[in-house]
Amino acid sequence: MSLPMSSTTPLLEARDVHGGYGGMNILNGVNMTLHANEVGVIVGPNGAGKSTMLKAVFGLLNVTQGEILLNGQPIHNLPPNKLVERGMGFVPQEKNVFPSLTVKENLEMGAYLKPQNVKRMLEQVYAFFPPLVEKRHQPAGELSGGQRQMVAMGRALMAEPSLLLLDEPTAGLSPLYMNEIFDRVKQINAAGVGILMVEQNAKQALAIADKGFVLAAGQNRFTDTGAALLADPDVAKSFLGG
Amino acid sequence: MNELVFFINNVIIAGSVTGSIYAIGAIGVTLIFSIMRFAHFAHADMMTFGAFMVLLLTTLFPAAGTSIGVPTALVMLPLAMLLTAALAVGIDKAFYKPLRAHGVKPIVLVIGSLGVTLMLQGLIRLFSGTGGQSLYVDDRKEIFRLALPFEGARAPIVITEPQLYLFVITLVAVVALHVFLNRSRLGKAMRAMSDNPELAQASGINTNTIVAVTWVIAGGLAAIAGTLLSLDVTFKPDLSFFLLLPIFAAAIVGGVGHPYGAIAGGFVVGFAETLAVFNWNVLLRPFRDSLPTWLELPSNLAFVGTEYKIVVPFFILVAILVWRPTGLFKGKVIQ
Repeated sequence: MSLPMSSTTPLLEARDVHGGYGGMNILNGVNMTLHANEVGVIVGPNGAGKSTMLKAVFGLLNVTQGEILLNGQPIHNLPPNKLVERGMGFVPQEKNVFPSLTVKENLEMGAYLKPQNVKRMLEQVYAFFPPLVEKRHQPAGELSGGQRQMVAMGRALMAEPSLLLLDEPTAGLSPLYMNEIFDRVKQINAAGVGILMVEQNAKQALAIADKGFVLAAGQNRFTDTGAALLADPDVAKSFLGG
Repeated sequence: MNELVFFINNVIIAGSVTGSIYAIGAIGVTLIFSIMRFAHFAHADMMTFGAFMVLLLTTLFPAAGTSIGVPTALVMLPLAMLLTAALAVGIDKAFYKPLRAHGVKPIVLVIGSLGVTLMLQGLIRLFSGTGGQSLYVDDRKEIFRLALPFEGARAPIVITEPQLYLFVITLVAVVALHVFLNRSRLGKAMRAMSDNPELAQASGINTNTIVAVTWVIAGGLAAIAGTLLSLDVTFKPDLSFFLLLPIFAAAIVGGVGHPYGAIAGGFVVGFAETLAVFNWNVLLRPFRDSLPTWLELPSNLAFVGTEYKIVVPFFILVAILVWRPTGLFKGKVIQ
């Protein structure tokens, strides 16, 4: 019996994903399910494979075993530019802007595959991140960390992704900017974009998470809703610093 | 007054000519570096190759230009640009791309390009012979002598037809490149890839396309520079020997990876060369009577002899790197 593709097909599904760099496995069987209306957060100790998992989803890493599905279609080991075509957006943790390009040019590059959308999406991104409007002709390399993060997220949004991957979007930002970024993440999700992000600020991130994935040693340790993970004393003791 | 004319002919015009050629060559070097992160030593031989293509085509159809009143070599230039661009893309596919696919260090690509340089030079020599040949096969090089409307200016300003074409074509090429890099979608993507190749890929930019476009532009510009230099002097199979060092000096002086820096660097090196070999005695001659009698002016008062011209770019290079390691414009650091 085959089930029809229905609205219950997850946006992203990872099944028993193994992978790593140069023959050394960092991921040892990660499982994830995320729906379009959800914010998924990956937390865990250093070296648990959080960012590596995100890179595996975005095709930056060789997946040696298991599979990753986007809307039910296998996507593992497709190159990043193909994944962008299929509606995935990725914001790396570092080096996430083009420093010598202006803010506007950075955003235009985000819609590189959809040049006809540039004008409309620019307006939307400027409306979403108002501080970028007056900086639009300034090289992105001259902006502050928080504004740079806005450019980075804006660039990814320009392609109108259905799934947005964020690698530690609040790293190095002040608490004020951190809350601002988390608010924006929730708003983006409310607009129908599935979010999968890696976070060091685990408590704050899990607070806005529909799904939380606690990884350790390249495997799922706990998987539940964000609220349930925050309430779980085991999770709190081992991963959230008590 | 004649001394001023002498200065204009031997420094202003000569420096602009050399500077333009170095600038166009250096733009190619700098673009290749900013996209593929290696110093492409075979670039000067791509310039020779372009000039050689023009020579071949001009020999085949010597009268093609006479009917419209331009040198045949110039008519053949667009075709030679296409051929050189094709050669550049082909060389990349055959030699550099497999190396990149293995993820080698930049130095391996640099050494690879040295191999390509020897191969290209050998191939060109095989077909062209070792001697110099004029690109004016069937037509004659026009020389314009502009007399100055001043009293006492007996010597005219001398400028040749290919020099005029050189200035015009350089200007057009630079403006076109500027518009391409700042206005077109592909040009912006090229700058984006130069800034951050991983993020360019994550934005859906096909980096293979950008690499190919870079070779097309670099090859086309190389053909322009090689041809215009050969028109100004003569075509020689070992032209690259005199070009390689200056164009790398220009690219580094300007700031590697910075196209406008390469243009500035080209002119800095070009003028430095002409000023270094210029005989300053000529300019001091009118003041001879007012100089103290014990001061005997030597008849040749140049910084270096013409035969040592090739060391000047080297000197400029070292001086700039000591004074400003990233070049005039802030460039990347070659590893």
